[in-house]
Order: sequence, then structure tokens, then C-alpha cells
Amino acid sequence: MEDERSETTQTCGVTRRVVLASGAGAAAASILPLEQRAQAQQQFARAETGQTVQVSANVNGRPVILEIDSRASLLDLLRERRELTGTKKGCDHGQCGACTVHLDGRPVSSCLTLAAKIDGRQVTTIEGLAEGADLHPMQQAFIDNDALQCGYCTPGQIMSAVACVTGGHATSPDAIREFMSGNICRCGAYVGILAAVQQAAKVMEG
Amino acid sequence: MRALSYTVAPSAEAAVARFAAAQGSARYIAGGTNLYDLMKLGIEHPAHLIDVSRIDGMDAIETDGDILRFGGRALMTDVAYTPVVRDQYPVLSESLLKAASQQLRNMATVGGNLLQRTRCMYFRNGAGSTSMVGVYPCNKREPGSGCSAIGGLDRTHAVLGTSEACTAVAPGDWPVALMAMDATIEMLGPEGPRNLPIAEFYRLPGDTPHREFNLHPGELVTAITVRKTPAGRASTYHKIRDRESYAFALASAAVALEMDGATVRTARIALGGVATTPWRSRAAEAIVTGSPLTPELALRAGRAAFADARGGQHNAFKIELGARVIADALIIAAERRA
Ligand SMILES: Cc1cc2nc3c(=O)[nH]c(=O)nc-3n(C[C@H](O)[C@H](O)[C@H](O)COP(=O)(O)OP(=O)(O)OC[C@H]3O[C@@H](n4cnc5c(N)ncnc54)[C@H](O)[C@@H]3O)c2cc1C
Ligand code: SF4
Ligand code: FES
Ligand code: FES
Repeated sequence: MEDERSETTQTCGVTRRVVLASGAGAAAASILPLEQRAQAQQQFARAETGQTVQVSANVNGRPVILEIDSRASLLDLLRERRELTGTKKGCDHGQCGACTVHLDGRPVSSCLTLAAKIDGRQVTTIEGLAEGADLHPMQQAFIDNDALQCGYCTPGQIMSAVACVTGGHATSPDAIREFMSGNICRCGAYVGILAAVQQAAKVMEG
Repeated sequence: MRALSYTVAPSAEAAVARFAAAQGSARYIAGGTNLYDLMKLGIEHPAHLIDVSRIDGMDAIETDGDILRFGGRALMTDVAYTPVVRDQYPVLSESLLKAASQQLRNMATVGGNLLQRTRCMYFRNGAGSTSMVGVYPCNKREPGSGCSAIGGLDRTHAVLGTSEACTAVAPGDWPVALMAMDATIEMLGPEGPRNLPIAEFYRLPGDTPHREFNLHPGELVTAITVRKTPAGRASTYHKIRDRESYAFALASAAVALEMDGATVRTARIALGGVATTPWRSRAAEAIVTGSPLTPELALRAGRAAFADARGGQHNAFKIELGARVIADALIIAAERRA
């Protein structure tokens, strides 16, 4: 089965993640020709132990067919098998919101979503929000309002924030805070986040 | 986490049959927000997962007849925002919306919610650090090993319904609201269908704290029903937490009233965050029934609910907090009368 690689790897050849993931093999990999390096990385990515299941889903508008360990989380599938590393692992236990993605249009915590559950469904990650070079209004609003410090919680914040507006929950500062409470920001950028949601709501609601 | 097989059950009957075929090594998985979490913590280790979250029709929410009927795999979000539930049964809607986060409510089912396990951090193996696995004795995780919370860090633990073996709090909010509304649990098992009042669904820890539910092996929760009542409207789920949102209850109260003017005709009062099971307080109900509701009477009812409470090392504050939560909930509910 063709394990289609992400754009980053195809265009840059080697990414920080390849180096990190290949570990001891990294030194050797860096002197291999591109093609072989890509193969080595694929082998690494395919090293599923345990029992596997096949999932066929749509991730950011593209069809994806993967054989995955039946224990894997959607978060690990995205990060380790699709190289969609925008989605972050904070706690891995549903307690922080850093891993928020949309499943069939609704925010979920991808760390507590069994990857096998996405079969036949649609996943949108932070990488899927922009249209070409045009940022989503919520992404732009986070920049405009300095709604981050370290940025680790930001992809999850933005995924929740988009749903906050589209679901009609951005009706007041308190309603926004309540809806966004599942996304913890260790840096305490909450003031900027609230302002960003309010700004983007105006743009999105036209 | 041990290797496991994963299958999607197309129907309730198929799920039950698959469970039986797996001879005890299977678990149903719905949202997975509790089960998968506990698998990661090394507390649950099923060999087979039977996904019940796609069972045809088991997500139906019916509000037309004399009862409200919520399919076992209906999402917490979807039940909470159902217009009839939101407008006429605020106690139910609020208990769902004050639980977890919007992300988790989009995953978690109202059936799985009934069966979530305690957040006692000793039970949870030191709250997630893999180096803590098995370090702390816990009668719920390992029957007979002892209880680390008694005499230990028990600030979040129960003051009602405790035993010498376990003082862990029943964590769910929704079951507390269902307890106040006398809900019925519909199940399908290897022996066929069965209905159980929610009051008979939960077990006190006694000396078997690892057995929390009166659910037979392989029984699937197919639906939860609530008989329609005018008490739904004058109702509330009042929840006090360490932070405003996205936290489990320190103390909570589900209250639903029928009023004659300012006088309470009937009262239903259930407690969360303070007891080892969702906890109905007939003593508190008796105090307010038949009398005009005043703040003083409301607080007297709250205190009555905790007459038999027993505090531990760090959680005795829940006795006063809980009484006041009931008192405030009574006032909030009464203000909502038509
Ligand atoms: C960070 C965090 C915060 C939370 N905060 C709250 C809170 O404030 N209040 C609150 O009430 N809850 C809270 N929760 C818990 C959450 O609501 C529950 O985990 C959820 O409701 C469980 O539903 P589920 O569908 O995900 O169940 P699962 O995790 O899939 O299953 C839970 C259990 O139920 C069994 N099961 C599932 N469906 C059925 C069925 N139909 N029939 C028979 N057995 C079944 C499974 O085998 C398993 O044993 C929180 C969870 C997290 C992770
Ligand atoms: S209170 Fe119950 S769950 Fe917690 S350590 Fe004691 S036995 Fe285990
Ligand atoms: S990583 Fe999923 S909620 Fe923290
Ligand atoms: S910006 Fe650092 S955690 Fe939110």
C-alpha cells in the first residue's frame, strides 16, 4: 500500500523530524542519496508491532489509506505517520487540548481518539486551515493579537477557536472563555486568545 | 499497552455476541475518553475492543412521547443541546455542559459516562507517571492490596458512602442529574434485554470497591430514559470546582422542584463530588417538602444531607461546602419555576 508522504518531506528532502526519528541511523542517513533516505524513513514509520487495522480516511482534503497499530492514537497517526506535526502532544490524557483536531467538523482530542476510529471519516488539522498562502482568519487573528508566547498550545487553541465561532459560541467574553476552557495555555496568553477569537468572529461572521 | 484486536460492531446484538465470543477478554469502547486513557495508564488491558460508537440507531435522542430517551452512544454534546433537554430539563443539560471540555463532549457518550471510573490519583497510578505504575496500593485497581488514600492525600475523596476499603468519589456529573430524575438504564446482554432504575445501578464500595456497577459481563447500555415531569423546569445542576471550568466536581448538587407559589410540593436532590456513588438525599428532600423555601430552610436541608458524613485527612471541608452547594442549588432551581 502506498504510504504517501507529506509535502514537507517531498520538497525539503530531510526534516528535523527525520533526523530525530532515525536516531542512531541519522548520521548514515544524512550521507545517503535522497531516494534511499526516504525509503529508510518509510521503513521506520512502518514499524508497527502489535495487531494492525486498516483505516481509510480523509485528512486535510486528501485520501489516506494506512495500516496502523490498533492501539495507536489519532495524534500519533498524524504526527508519526503523516508528518503532520502541527498537532501537539501536551499531556496525552485529554487534559490540555494541545492535540485538538476536527473530526467530521467537530473538535476532538486526538490523543484520546483511537486512530482506528477515523475510518471513513474526515480529519482537519491546523495544517488544513489555510487556503494556499491565505491564512485562515483565526490564524491571522492569533498573529495580530499576540495570542501566544511559546506557541505550543496554539494549534489546538486555533482549532477550538474556529469551532467556537462556527458553532455560534462566540457570543460574549464569558461564553468564549467557557468554550475555550478545554485548551490550557501554560504561558497564560489567554487575554490575547480571547481578543483573537473576538476579532476573527467579526471576520468569519462577515 | 498490550496488543489488541479492534472491531466495529454494526448492531447491539452483534456487539453482545462478539463480547460473548471473546470470553471475558473484550471491552466495549465508545468515545474511549475514559477507557483509552486507563489503557494508557496501564490500568485497563483488554485484548479485544468492540467499538459500539457506530451502532446503527443507538445515537437516537427521542423526546416526543412521555419519556426522554437517549441512545447509549449519543454524544454528550448532542444530548445537552437538544432543545427540549436544554429548555425544559436544565439539570440534565447543565450536568453535561459543566463536564469535561467541548472536545471531550464531542467524543464521550452518555452511556460511557455512566461507567467512567474514579479519578482517585492512587487508582490512576500516580496520575500518569509511568514510574508510578503499581507503586501505590489500591483496592479498586488491585483488590486486597490496600487503600493509599485513607490517611493519605484524600482532598478530593468522598465523605459519604465510604468504607474501610475505599473512599474514592464517583466522578460523573450526568449520573447525578439522572439520579435526581429517577432515570432508567436500558441494557442488552447475553440473556436478553433488561431495565434497571439508576438507583440500583451503582454499588457502594463496601469490601469490593473494584465492583462499581450492577452490570453483568457483556451487558451493553443501549439507552437511558427519563420520565417527563414538570419538575424538570425548576431544576439545576450546580457544580463547584477548583477552577471555573474543565474540572471534576469538589461538590455538586442536582435539584429539581415542583412548587406551589413559594412552597415546595416535591423535591429531588442528588449529590456529586462528595460520595462514592451518585447520591440521592431523601433526608434533604424531606426537610424542604411542604414548606416555603427560604435560605435558612435550604441550608438546613443541605446540612441534613451530610448528617452521616465522615471527613478524612484533607476533605472534611466538603461537608460544609456540600451543604452550601445544596442550599444554593435549591434557591437557583426555585427561581426557575414557571
Ligand atoms: C480531562 C477529562 C476531564 C473530564 N471531566 C469530566 C467532568 O468534569 N465530569 C464528568 O462527568 N466527566 C468528565 N470526564 C469523563 C468523561 O465524561 C467520560 O470519560 C466519558 O463520559 C466516558 O464516555 P466514553 O463514551 O468516552 O466512554 P469510554 O471511555 O468509551 O468507555 C468507558 C467505559 O464504559 C464502557 N462502555 C462504553 N459504552 C458502553 C455501553 N454503551 N454499554 C456498556 N458499556 C459501555 C467501556 O467499556 C468502558 O468501561 C472527563 C474526562 C477527561 C479525560
Ligand atoms: S480510595 Fe479507592 S480508588 Fe483510591 S486508593 Fe483507595 S481503594 Fe484505590
Ligand atoms: S495532548 Fe491531548 S489533550 Fe493534552
Ligand atoms: S503559548 Fe505557550 S502554552 Fe500557550
